[in-house]
Amino acid sequence: MVWVSAIVQGILVGGLFALFACGLSLMFGVMNVINLAHGDLAVIAAYLALGAVTVTHVPAIWSFVIVVPIFAGGGYLLQRTLLQAALNRSVLTTLLVTFGLSVVIENGLQQFFSANSRALNIGNLITESFSIGSQITIAYLDLGILVVAVVVLLGLQFFLSSSRHGRLIRAVADDREAAQIAGVSYRHVFGIAAAIAFGTVALAGIAFGMYQQFDPTIGTDQLLLFAFEAVVVGGLGSLWGTLAGGVLLGVAQQLGAVYNAADQMLAGQLFFLLVLLIRPSGIFGRKETA
Amino acid sequence: MSAVEPAEHQAANVSQVAEAARSGMPVEVTRSRGSTIWTAIAVIVIVAVLFDLPRIVYSGTTNLLVDFFFLLIISSMWNLLAGYAGLVSVGQQAFIGLGAYFVLIAANHGTSPFMAIPIATAACAVAGLVVWWLVSRLRSGYFAITMWAVASVCELIIIQISSLGGGTGTALPGLTSNPTYLDAYTYWATVVVAVVGLAGIYFLLRSPLGLVLTAIRDNETGARSTGSRVARTRLVVFVVSAAGCGAAGALYIISQQFVVPPAAFSVSFSAEMIFITIIGGIGTIEGPIIGTIIFFTLQQTLSHYGVWYWIILGIIAMAVAIWAPRGIWGLVSENFGVRLFPVGYYLWPAGESPRRFIGGKR
Amino acid sequence: MTSPPLLEVRELNVHHGQLQALHAVSLAVPAGGVHAMIGANGAGKSTLLRTIAGLHQPTTGSILLEGEDVTRLRPERRVAAGIAMVPEGRRLFASLTVEENLQVGLTSARKGPWNLAAVYDLFGWMRDRRAQRAGQLSGGEQQAVAIGRAIVANPRVLLLDELSLGLAPVVVRRIYDLLPRLLDSGVTVLLVEQDVSQAMKVADHVYCLLEGRITLQGRPLELTFEQIERAYFGISSSRNLPAGPPAQAETGAGGNQASGAGTWSG
Repeated sequence: MVWVSAIVQGILVGGLFALFACGLSLMFGVMNVINLAHGDLAVIAAYLALGAVTVTHVPAIWSFVIVVPIFAGGGYLLQRTLLQAALNRSVLTTLLVTFGLSVVIENGLQQFFSANSRALNIGNLITESFSIGSQITIAYLDLGILVVAVVVLLGLQFFLSSSRHGRLIRAVADDREAAQIAGVSYRHVFGIAAAIAFGTVALAGIAFGMYQQFDPTIGTDQLLLFAFEAVVVGGLGSLWGTLAGGVLLGVAQQLGAVYNAADQMLAGQLFFLLVLLIRPSGIFGRKETA
Repeated sequence: MSAVEPAEHQAANVSQVAEAARSGMPVEVTRSRGSTIWTAIAVIVIVAVLFDLPRIVYSGTTNLLVDFFFLLIISSMWNLLAGYAGLVSVGQQAFIGLGAYFVLIAANHGTSPFMAIPIATAACAVAGLVVWWLVSRLRSGYFAITMWAVASVCELIIIQISSLGGGTGTALPGLTSNPTYLDAYTYWATVVVAVVGLAGIYFLLRSPLGLVLTAIRDNETGARSTGSRVARTRLVVFVVSAAGCGAAGALYIISQQFVVPPAAFSVSFSAEMIFITIIGGIGTIEGPIIGTIIFFTLQQTLSHYGVWYWIILGIIAMAVAIWAPRGIWGLVSENFGVRLFPVGYYLWPAGESPRRFIGGKR
Repeated sequence: MTSPPLLEVRELNVHHGQLQALHAVSLAVPAGGVHAMIGANGAGKSTLLRTIAGLHQPTTGSILLEGEDVTRLRPERRVAAGIAMVPEGRRLFASLTVEENLQVGLTSARKGPWNLAAVYDLFGWMRDRRAQRAGQLSGGEQQAVAIGRAIVANPRVLLLDELSLGLAPVVVRRIYDLLPRLLDSGVTVLLVEQDVSQAMKVADHVYCLLEGRITLQGRPLELTFEQIERAYFGISSSRNLPAGPPAQAETGAGGNQASGAGTWSG
């Protein structure tokens, strides 16, 4: 039963990983850039939510109404300025610039919020749960985060396949130059993709801030790797792959934790390396090399 | 000076040669433009002075230089990897940490930590081979972040081993108890590793392998046409870089006399090597040297301001990467045409003084 | 006072790295008709077309559309100004459907006779297969969609880069047979064609490029075979070489250049 419980918990936390991963995956798919500051962005969002709660006294659970639009707008601006300037040089430059951004964000957060751990206060919700049988306990919060993740992925899927801007994003991802001569400003489309990626990572950061305590370093220490590993395990090019990747990573971690609490992280990492070795295109990815 | 070796013709940017040949101008290609001999003399003098330093100055100075050379070694190794082989890694701290722990293992078994430096270096070369087998197919961002995951895995495994101090760390046994001698030995070992490491990189770039590396650096798609040679060259560079970082890690544990996994595998090592190389000038031997001097000076002056110095460095590095991608050394060598280490080539009209520079690569 | 030509290129110099691809190229394209560029591999034809479309920035020189300077406009702004291009190799969005490809072409479209329905009328088969992914189409069908994607923007100048590349002769003929229908809608066509006889057949005016320079231009009927051969290969008239397929060795020092230039023609 303890194994079943671990798998259930893994699936629940997998939703959060997928929420972290979908923005990373989108930016990689469209701009061919892995944003090394992705995890730190989530941490900023959590701090921003904390600030929003303190200033406006909205319940923490509604803080996303303020934070997500700020992030989407910020993402568009950052893409159109710093990241586009880096992209004009090369993909490697962009990689280095996002790494620099990560270091600046992490140390900036330490400067302004100290290295202490914080958490978003969601009152009783943190402890409320229901049981299935005698062994399996499901927290409402965990279930809620999974539902949010699935809804976000569904919405993103619908946006990409059916909206005008979604079509342009796919076109630019296919062939940037051809999109230009077809009359598409790829820079603007990149900005929109970044806005979506930033919006989803803000949501993920807020969810994470409710789920557990956070500090300025957790973005690079854990979140970026979780997001990347979910993307690789699931395979690029499919949002459902990303969800599956997040869930598999979550299950691997929870199963490792059953064996030894200290093995939770290691189990996830080794699972990731194993997938990379056996199937570098990811379990649900198209058969392309990275 | 004007001796032209066939191999060096190959290195020359084909388009420049074609352009020059089309214009009917006979060209010659050389590695250097006269400054080399003075560089060689200067290097010998500097190395000699460095070796004699513990007899002249207090240990405070040599201890600072240990930190300096540590940074120089790791950034030069990262520069070799990223600047020449096009492999941007944010996980080289894997080998720094492993190098440190290999020294600890050897010392636990009775080997002198200083004698363990070459052992740790060799062990990290082997570890580099294993890791390369895993990551060799990956490119760009995938490579960078997977290396980060590899470093994380190494750290998580070491934490589990209680005989190595687990997550709380342990002191390095087997060091002499006389602090004056210890400081001097540590310093000398650091200088030796730095000189061997930089000389290794220099001769690697002067070798036929260096031509392939220059080609990869200048144009990956063009260099891909040589296929397996490029793959083999990348392997060599990755292993050399792993060994170099391993040696640096060995120096790290000896100078700290203590090791704890989160510090030994810290991603801030990556931040240091990346910022130093970018600011100094990526893809040149001189870049990391200049970068280390700048970084070190900033570190010493801004250390009272805590995290601000990381923020400032990060902003400078981003700005340099975007607006001056060849770094400070690139700006200097462009404007004054100087170059200390002749690993590129110059093109100039045959029979004329080498001063009339028509093209070439650093 | 006469009105300016529809498209004018003035003293265009284009570099690819340290290679100069175009040397002071000037041309004036009046409204209407088909204007063809011919020349050997690496002569700079595609570079010229891509520079007009905005995919390369010239080192010096300018491009004017009806007297308006468009040299500094980005490609997508040039589409809005009236320059559309069918790129070499079609370059469709492979994961998008046929209809989605056409819809992307509407992004910066001008007002005019062309829309999705008109394109579907032009290519009869397309309406029924509009939900198919572009990557699954045959080469000729892809070329048709690529033309549709460019034409729905209602351009004044349509640039066609190597339409016949990799297509069977019968398919090529079918595509060229459509040119009059495009011209009737008021479009002016500037095309690059490897096949000289094809270009001479469809064009009202031809330009011959050699090593980045225009070496000959005129109406096809007024040009002799010898003139074209000389302009195409750059062979001096005193050396009488047998006619045949372009052989790079014959161009002497230029052979080097042409092989180096292979990278900038694509």
